[in-house]
Amino acid sequence: MADYNRPLPAPTPETQHFWDGCREGELRLQRCTSCKESYFPPRPFCPACGSRDVEIYKASGKATLYSYVINHRPRPDFGDTPHSIAVVTLAEGPRMMTNIVDCPQTPEALELDMALEVTFEKANDEISLPKFKPSKG
Amino acid sequence: MKQKTVAVVGAAETTEMGKIPNMSQIMLHADAALNAMKDAGLTAKDIDGVATAGDSPVEVAHYLGITPTWVDGTSVGGCSFMLHVRHAAAAINEGLCNTVLITHAESGRSRVGARRFSRDPASQMGQFEVPYGVTTPPTMFTIPVLRYMKDVGVTEEGLAQVAVVQREWAAKNPRASFRDPITVDDVLNSKMIAWPFRLLMCCLVTDGGGALILTSAERAKDFPQKPVYILGTGESCETPMISQMEDFTTSKAFRVSGKKAFEEAGIKHSDVDHLMIYDAFAHLPLYGLEDLGFCERGEAAAFIREGHTRPGGKLPLNTNGGGLSYMHSGMYGMYALQESVRQMRGIAPAQVPGAKISIAHGVGGMFAASGTIVFSNEAP
Repeated sequence: MADYNRPLPAPTPETQHFWDGCREGELRLQRCTSCKESYFPPRPFCPACGSRDVEIYKASGKATLYSYVINHRPRPDFGDTPHSIAVVTLAEGPRMMTNIVDCPQTPEALELDMALEVTFEKANDEISLPKFKPSKG
Repeated sequence: MKQKTVAVVGAAETTEMGKIPNMSQIMLHADAALNAMKDAGLTAKDIDGVATAGDSPVEVAHYLGITPTWVDGTSVGGCSFMLHVRHAAAAINEGLCNTVLITHAESGRSRVGARRFSRDPASQMGQFEVPYGVTTPPTMFTIPVLRYMKDVGVTEEGLAQVAVVQREWAAKNPRASFRDPITVDDVLNSKMIAWPFRLLMCCLVTDGGGALILTSAERAKDFPQKPVYILGTGESCETPMISQMEDFTTSKAFRVSGKKAFEEAGIKHSDVDHLMIYDAFAHLPLYGLEDLGFCERGEAAAFIREGHTRPGGKLPLNTNGGGLSYMHSGMYGMYALQESVRQMRGIAPAQVPGAKISIAHGVGGMFAASGTIVFSNEAP
């Protein structure tokens, strides 16, 4: 992990719980206790109704593939092998950017709406990134 | 709210376009501004309002020797200049200033005196997008398109056709960077950048700039150039993170901005003779045609394939060749506005005969923001 040379997030007070969850192998979302809306990225109020009464919960980790590109341009940090950059729709509703891993990085293997599940890629002792892989069923 | 009318009385681009390694970014602003002032028969002493994006309007004002009573540094990406036009019109109407200069310049290719770009890893994008490899437009702006293609039934050929038709317009423009005809096969066989986007579906990276001068329609009659009137304006924004767009098949910012501009102008789609849609990538004209209401959802690709936007078609689109073939220094909105003004003055290299109403529609960031301006060469 010492050689991880890609850009990493710097957690803020509003997002620390999310990155703590990732480090512990949990995908944590937030939900409004008044209007029940789940949302992402993290913030201590509901973007749908403005309420500050929100709770953190463990999401299922299930998602479907919403859209993606396969980057072919070499990058010093991501190497010169084509790789996916994807947006997934979480089972709970919110969408997030990620990479699809553990499958060929080809249009044939990456079918829109395919079922996915979260997996965590450890970058260092503080940060693990949530990535998604084809669901085993 | 329909206010008193404002008009463009000065418009110009930088003297050179494309590769300008002998000029820094601030001088590109000045070069465009001096050309626009000459066009309007004005000097810096006559300007009392300044707007720019990316760089600070303070830098531009001081470099040119302007002491403004109105300053706008709205910087929401490449459509910022549409927003400046809108804000300037309101400011002139309100009496905050009389004569506004709006500039854009970017040493996008040569990077002489250009801003360094970096994203704070603690920002929302820095935390939730950048770690996955989305740092530049080719890997970010492109992400929604597979969803769009699947949901509305557009093919890779349909996407490629956008670039082919725009090259037809560029062929008529001596200042365009790329003028040789291309085919759908050429586009699909060009280098893969970020599947499904090939090189010829992506905009150029060039140096250049442009400037506009606006004043009240009442004063505009006394200027040397034929006034180009602002009939209607719109602006909006959605999200800085493309992953958080409500729907990958349509831009909310486009819809809101476009609707505002149409309503304010009081025109119908059939009144529009000429259209500019900011095309950083080949899918943008498709979203623009649909979100502005020129085409039903999913029909834009067929509309272009059927020839309606090409030379001789009923809705000439991106007649300078667009960001795909004309030029793209980083914030292309200014060049879309310049082409609309040329068309309304009747001096465009690929002039649309008899055009009376032109729309310039811009995008900022990656579907983050939007601005729409309706122009006419007839006083309302």
